[in-house]
Amino acid sequence: MKLVERLAANKSTIVKKWFDLVAATYPPDTAKFLKANRDPFHNPVGKTTLEGLSAAFDALLEGADPVVLDRALDPIIRIRAVQSFSPTQATAFILALKPLVRELWSKGPSDPQAAADLRQIEDGIDQVLLVAFDIYLKCRETLFQLKVDLEKNRIHHAFVRAGLVADTPVQPSAAEPKGAV
Amino acid sequence: MKDLPKAKDFYSRLAHRPDSASDWMDVPVEIRKGMYCYAANPKSLDTLGFPYARDWNPVEGDWKLPENWQQIIHEGFKERLERFRSFKVFMDICVRCGACADKCHFFIGTGDPKNMPVLRAELLRSVYRNDFTTFGKLLGRIGGARPMTVDVLKEWWYYMFQCTECRRCSVFCPYGIDTAEITIMGRELLNLLGLNIDWIATPVSNCYMTGNHLGIQPHAYKDMLDFFVDDIEEITGVRVEPSYNRVGADILFITPSGDVFADPGTYTAMGYLILFHYLREKYGFDITWSTYASEGGNFGFFTSHETMKRLNSKMYAEARRLGVKWILGGECGHMWRVITQYMDTMNGPADFLQEPVSPITGTRFENAKSTKMVHIAEFTADLIRHGKLELDKRRNRHLKVTFHDSCNPSRGMGMLEEPRYVIRNVCDHFYDMPENTIREQTFCCGSGAGLNAGENMELRMAGGLPRANAVKYVHEQHGVNMLATICAIDRAALPPLMQYWVPGVDVTGLHEMVANALVLPGEKQRETNLRGEPLEGMEDDSDE
Ligand code: SF4
Ligand code: SF4
Repeated sequence: MKLVERLAANKSTIVKKWFDLVAATYPPDTAKFLKANRDPFHNPVGKTTLEGLSAAFDALLEGADPVVLDRALDPIIRIRAVQSFSPTQATAFILALKPLVRELWSKGPSDPQAAADLRQIEDGIDQVLLVAFDIYLKCRETLFQLKVDLEKNRIHHAFVRAGLVADTPVQPSAAEPKGAV
Repeated sequence: MKDLPKAKDFYSRLAHRPDSASDWMDVPVEIRKGMYCYAANPKSLDTLGFPYARDWNPVEGDWKLPENWQQIIHEGFKERLERFRSFKVFMDICVRCGACADKCHFFIGTGDPKNMPVLRAELLRSVYRNDFTTFGKLLGRIGGARPMTVDVLKEWWYYMFQCTECRRCSVFCPYGIDTAEITIMGRELLNLLGLNIDWIATPVSNCYMTGNHLGIQPHAYKDMLDFFVDDIEEITGVRVEPSYNRVGADILFITPSGDVFADPGTYTAMGYLILFHYLREKYGFDITWSTYASEGGNFGFFTSHETMKRLNSKMYAEARRLGVKWILGGECGHMWRVITQYMDTMNGPADFLQEPVSPITGTRFENAKSTKMVHIAEFTADLIRHGKLELDKRRNRHLKVTFHDSCNPSRGMGMLEEPRYVIRNVCDHFYDMPENTIREQTFCCGSGAGLNAGENMELRMAGGLPRANAVKYVHEQHGVNMLATICAIDRAALPPLMQYWVPGVDVTGLHEMVANALVLPGEKQRETNLRGEPLEGMEDDSDE
């Protein structure tokens, strides 16, 4: 059997191990929750991560098409982009798939064809990582845009500019309020 | 091939979060960018007479604390244990069963265990045991006690401002422990050291000085409503005539200032104006706006009981000054928590007002017997129920609506059916989100309790994830394109949340949809909705 076929046949085991490794990027108590809770609305991080990894795994075996990968990985990376991870921490879980693939590969034949197969999959994983990084950046840009928009939309500032808000003498900061609603 | 790295070893070398120590007390607090709000402007604290106003920066080592800060905290803690029985009980009775642990949207979204409600409470409880229980004094750390240090203080500050006081956790606690109340106390204690955040302190100061969070002066408030009057005339051909500060009106209307000054709340404010005009024309309804009590919200609630009381009192002072019978309140969240849960023992009972009765249907709002303040969703639902509104649902038929139960009206006052009833009567398509994400179990927007700032956007997006995830589900299942809500904070906080997680879903207030459907006497054929968007398909209908 070719490596791709063996990977496909072992998908559930590999994705499960991969998921466990991603869960381990969270503190132990959180990892426990992510793995144990099956309710998709109560545990959106666990659900999204598992689904995304599974879809990305399929996409990898089907030739690592960037568009398909983007769809598969966006939900996971979107979450990690707001969870206080560094850029590396947010995306490095992709590389965790490599040793899992090699583990399976090492149990099979070691002829030149097999070595070429492994290289091909590993190149594919590199591709997955690059897509992940693009998504990460896109999410961070959205986030910064939201911050900028919030500043811009402070309706109050428009009022200050229009001269509609007078300073209250005892409280000079009234001219520069960080208004809430 | 024996040198192949094992998956685990390989992965552990990649940068990822350092493993938490086994005991939470050993995990040092790290104040992360995007997760905290800026420190309060000292001028705002000064205006309010809050102590220790100063410039300080949460990410710097030195918080410039007063020398005797530990004593201040200890005495503040003691005073509150004596004053608030609930606080004392909540400190004592938690059995650490963990039922609440995974129920907080901040834990679910950030993955940070200290956002588990039980741990959030332990932050204070550990100091309580150390300072106030013999058990804790004797056993120390084994008994779950620890002394107050600067690091503990920083941990308090970081996590008390990662709680939206939404009370979701309390729904699941077998003892009814309300972690929101613990956060409220934690914030009060921090306040004693001048450790507030600016997104709260400055609005409170503004509200104290001018009557609303944004610091809008009365004439500007009126100008803004006058803009709406012009817009409404353009869209409907009818000129509505709101009245302001009118002595002798039957009813006083108070709504959060966000409705008047921030999109998409502004469309909801236009909705109120249209509804009141309709009721006046048809039934002689008599209501006035106030440019002084120009804020329904109460950010004072997020600082201390005293400040909440101060801000709340002006609404009733204005009702007394104008001599109205009762108060109708707009679509707001925490305003209703303050009214329902605290007002009565704080500034009430409002005996000088009358028990609210709808002048149109005769319905007696018994739930508002003492506070004399009625939620507009309830008021409108009652009108519809009695067939008092002429509604053309077709004008909302491009909407596929879902409803976000705001934490305060749902868990804080039990308002669950009324908004849904109204939506079903003004829209053709309504889809509820999954059961364990709505009503009493609703997931918070992630930006409540004064946390809807810009600098903590990561926190807001992570905290809002469970909510957004449920919206995404109905968006994908039913094509939902509109998220309705009856809270001004939600109307400000949910649009960015949707932009990040579920693009294609917009946010609206209830009365924007009501007004779009409401057929005004003498109106022209409407070509757009209140947002100025063309009403698709309506032209065809008129030909039919
Ligand atoms: S009140 Fe809400 S935000 Fe605070 S701990 Fe409970 S669930 Fe979390
Ligand atoms: S559910 Fe109640 S008793 Fe159980 S850990 Fe949480 S607060 Fe404590």
